[in-house]
Parts: sequence; structure tokens; C-alpha cells
Amino acid sequence: MKKETLIWTIILIFGAALLAINAATRHAGQVHVQSEPHDHFYVADELELPWGGEVLVARSATAPGTYVHPSGETMTLPPRSDGEVVELVWKDTTVRAKWRKVWKPVEEREEGDIALPQEDDSPDRKTWTTYNQVTYKEYVEATRAAGPDARTYSFSWTRTVGLWVGALFTLAIFSFLYRDNPFYKFAESVVVGVSAGYWMVVSFWDVLVPNLLGKLWPGMVKSWAMPGLDGETEWLYLVPLILGIMLVWRLAPKGAWISRWPLAFIIGTTAGMRMVGFIHADFLSQIKNSVKPIYFPVDSTSNAIYNKAGEIIAMPDSYLTIWSSLGNIIIIVGVLASLVYFFFSIEHKGIVGKTAKLGIWFLMVTFGAAFGYTVMGRIALLAIRVEFLVDDWLWLIDPLHRHAIGGG
Amino acid sequence: MKRTVPLFITAAGGFILVVAYFIPHTQDWGEISLIWFDIIASFAMILGGGNLLKIHLSKVSDRGKGWAFSGVTLAAFILMLIIGLSKMGVHPNDNYPGFAWSGNYRETGAPFWWMYEHALKPLTATMFSMLAFYIASAAFRAFRAKNFEAILLLGTAFIILLGRTAAGVVLTGWMPERLSGLRLENLTIFIMTTFNTAGNRAIMIGIALGIASMSLKVLLAVDRSYLGSGD
Repeated sequence: MKKETLIWTIILIFGAALLAINAATRHAGQVHVQSEPHDHFYVADELELPWGGEVLVARSATAPGTYVHPSGETMTLPPRSDGEVVELVWKDTTVRAKWRKVWKPVEEREEGDIALPQEDDSPDRKTWTTYNQVTYKEYVEATRAAGPDARTYSFSWTRTVGLWVGALFTLAIFSFLYRDNPFYKFAESVVVGVSAGYWMVVSFWDVLVPNLLGKLWPGMVKSWAMPGLDGETEWLYLVPLILGIMLVWRLAPKGAWISRWPLAFIIGTTAGMRMVGFIHADFLSQIKNSVKPIYFPVDSTSNAIYNKAGEIIAMPDSYLTIWSSLGNIIIIVGVLASLVYFFFSIEHKGIVGKTAKLGIWFLMVTFGAAFGYTVMGRIALLAIRVEFLVDDWLWLIDPLHRHAIGGG
Repeated sequence: MKRTVPLFITAAGGFILVVAYFIPHTQDWGEISLIWFDIIASFAMILGGGNLLKIHLSKVSDRGKGWAFSGVTLAAFILMLIIGLSKMGVHPNDNYPGFAWSGNYRETGAPFWWMYEHALKPLTATMFSMLAFYIASAAFRAFRAKNFEAILLLGTAFIILLGRTAAGVVLTGWMPERLSGLRLENLTIFIMTTFNTAGNRAIMIGIALGIASMSLKVLLAVDRSYLGSGD
């Protein structure tokens, strides 16, 4: 074994041992959760009537398939599935209405509501549990107090494993600071695969389902993933579907030119969107905001002392007025000088050259400020990652008193 | 067919948005056009995923250098797709308990959320945070106060960095109230609202003019480079 490999192996084994001791003795890196039950029961039926409007009919405790209309008429529904169009006989007339189950949380159950089905697998009752993360301090305090909700707190294996995976991935990426290595390459490969999959899934559920499938086959989407969806079929949306398929055609070995049509649409709409957007938001707005008064009196609270009618409504503060006016003058001069620097149709000589030089100075200050802010942003990100490692994972610090027990 | 139709589509797609901006009656066209854009962009994501599969599968099958890492990428990609598209572990929406698929695919606690929270988020955040080291070393090599412009750049960055941290407050907190404008934190605000605003405005005006002229060239088919050089 090479000397360097031996050193790194020893460091890794030693580090792993320290982590194990830290986790075993201080419970560091553990995640706890509180369960939140969701329990709903099938309480009423909603009938969407063909002439518009909806009728909500509470389920009868004695005969769940029979309903009594407020007028006293009795209606009977055949067996059905959610979202189905059903035929009702009401006042000797057959009415076609879209039918939907209405659910209610068990904790909101009122007197007169249908009795709760007791079987867990009953189609008229849906129960599930979600888990909210709690701090170790909250977990220990709740279990020590042994109150009625103590049993809702528990240790979460999946989230604990997740925390450790996140921490080890963080260390794997940081290992690149030493040099390229298999741990970094592994993490890099994971991020490529996961991010590609993530954005495909986001596109599917956020765009394709509501905006494409929901427009072309609203009934199917409504009965499947978006029960609240309304609207009729819009065949116009076959166009983006066809263009989309043409775009994916690029993967085929022949006929790559077919993807030019959708690509042309993307280029065209981007150009149209950007042209209008930039002219409005950047070009005109920036010019408008640069047209400022070079004498700008303000009061002691830095508010302009004129009202909209141009009347003086307060006495100017001379000190603040000088600074605000100076600020406006700097902005006007700076914008003009910087624009002169960007104007290459005239040779930068004489007065133009001197103005352009002033413009360069303004731009240098701008770049310096941008650099300062970028550094600050990156260091803040670095601090967040380090905080994740030493606070969330290793519990070496506890600024928010989340791990300390007994009021720590 | 291969070149003329795309030029027409480009012009139509772009000018619809321009017209929709100026004529309120055609606003719907613009909105529909943008939805179509989103849909086609989503297909571009599928294209990207398909391309990723194609490249990494060929790497794995060729047993080329680093093929095992391609296998890791493929596994991560396919796993993410399966758990995301199937809404694995996602519970129904509280308003529609009868619809098993009505829940939010990003639901806290579901496997898709787990992969985002414990893999994608730490990995991408750490990659960006590493730029702090590279930006610092690049600055160390590039920043030399050899002329007035460089001094301006360096000095501004220094003031901004100090002014946005506690160090700036400590260093110049002793200044009297009347000179409070010279305190580093206030100086930072002054630089940001005046010099920086002026420079940024000029840059933004330049960018806007550039984008507007470039967009016009594309819409009027003066620039056709996006069609490539083939048939």
C-alpha cells in the first residue's frame, strides 16, 4: 500500500470511529419526528347539475345511497365511482349530474353526520399519517413529560439516514479542495443524475399535467391527479404536443431537422418576450429612474418635502438635502458617463475621452461592489454548509438551543 | 420546408408576444403562446433526459474510462424519475382523500422530497459554496493595485465587504453623528445607491439595447444561425 493511501485510510477510519462515538454517546445526527394523523370520512355527495350550480347532499345514516332533497323528494343513486356522471330521477324527470364524494376530517365531525366506518380498509374512510420534524430537545421533553401526545414523538430512521447521506455528500464535494478523487466523482455523478431526474419530474407535474394533459383530456386528469380541475377540452393544445414530440425526435438517428420547428418556436417566443421585457423593464424604466432633480430637498426623516401637487409640506433639512441632491447628481453623471464609454461610434478623444474615462471609474466601482457582494454570497453559502455539518449533523454547536436538554 | 417554415414560426411566435403587449384584445394570444413555450420547454427536459440516458448508456456499454460513474448517474436519474413520476409515498390531498394521486409530489417525507432534501440540495449548495475558495484565490491573483481603476475596484470591494459585516460597524462606530455618513456601513449604502446604481443602469441600458436589436434580427430572419448550417 502506498504511503499516502495508508495515511488517508487511517484518517478515514479514525474519523469514522469519532463519528460513531459522537453519535452513540451524544445522540448526534439523530432526527426525531412527531406524527400527525389524517383521518377523513365520506360525509356527503356533491351533484354538479347540468343547468349549473352544485347540490350538496349529506349522506343518510340509515340508507347511504338514498337522499332526501330539501323539497322532500327522494333520490336514489346507483353504485358509482368518483367523478362519474350519474342519472337521477327527480320529479319524474331524468337528470344527468356529475357526482363527487365529499370528505371531511374526523375531528370536524358534527352531530347528524353519518357514523364513522370502523374498518381501516373501508372505502368510505381514508387514514394516513404524516411526520413533522422536531428538535431533539422537543423530543426529549415530550417523552419525559409522558403527556398524552408523548407517543406521537419518535426517532426517524429515514430522516436520520438522510441527514448522514447529506453530510457525507457535503464532505465528498469538499474533498475536491484537496484534489480530484473517487468520492468527489461519485457525488458529482449523483448530482448530475438526480438533478436531471428532478427537473424532468418537476416539468411533468407542474407543466405537462396541468397545461397539456389537463387541456387535452381534462376528464382523465380530473379523475386521476387533479380533482379540482375545471374546463373543457381545448384541441388547440395539440399544437404544442406535436411540437414537443418533434423536439424529442432529435434523439432519433434520422430526421434531426424535424426538431427545428419547435426550436424555432422557442427562439421566436424567447426573442419576443425578451425584446418587450427588456425595453420596458430595463431600457425605459432605467432611463425614467435616472431623470432625477439635481436639487432634492428632504425633511429630517429623509422624505421628499413636496406633495404630488408640488407644494412644500415640510421644512428641508440642509444636511440631508445636500446628501440626497449629491446622490442624484452622481447617478445622473454616472449613467451618462458610463453610457459614453459604451458608445463606440465616436473615437474616445478630447471631451468624449475624458467623459468615457469617468465612465470607466464608475464601472470599476460597480464591478468592485458586485465582486464584494458575490464574495459575501459565496461565503454565506459556505457558512451555511459548515453550520449544517457542525450544528445539524455533529451537534458541536447549538446556537438555537435545539439539541440542549433541560432549558440549555 | 426545412428552413423557411422555422423562420416563419420564429417570426410568428415572437411577433404574437410583441402584438399582445401593445393590443389588449390580443393579450390572450400572448398568454397561450407563453403556455405553449412552457410545454415545449418541458419536452426539452425530456430531450435532455433522453440524451443523458443515451450518452451514459453508451459509456457503460463501451466500458470506457469512468464507466462506473456513468452507471451511478444512470441509477440516480432512473431512481429519481421512478419515485417522482409515480408519486411514491405521497398521500392524497386533504381536500380529495378519495384520489390517491391528488397529493403534492413534493410532499415532505416522501421519497422524492428525501432525494431533493438529502442529495440534491446539499450537493448543489456545497458546489456553489466551494466557489468562495476559488473566488478568493482568483482575487488574490488578479487584484493588484497597479493603477487608479484597479484601486477603485479593490477599494470598493474592500469597503463593501467590511460594511456588510460586523467588522465595519466596530471599526467606524466611533465616528460622531454628524459624520455618520462616513461610517463603513453607511458608506456601503451610499456606494450601492449612487455609484453602483449609476454603473448598473448604464450596463442594463446597454444590455437592453443589445437584446432588443438581437431579438429583432432573429424575428426578421436577419440572424439565422440557430438553424445550423445543414439542410
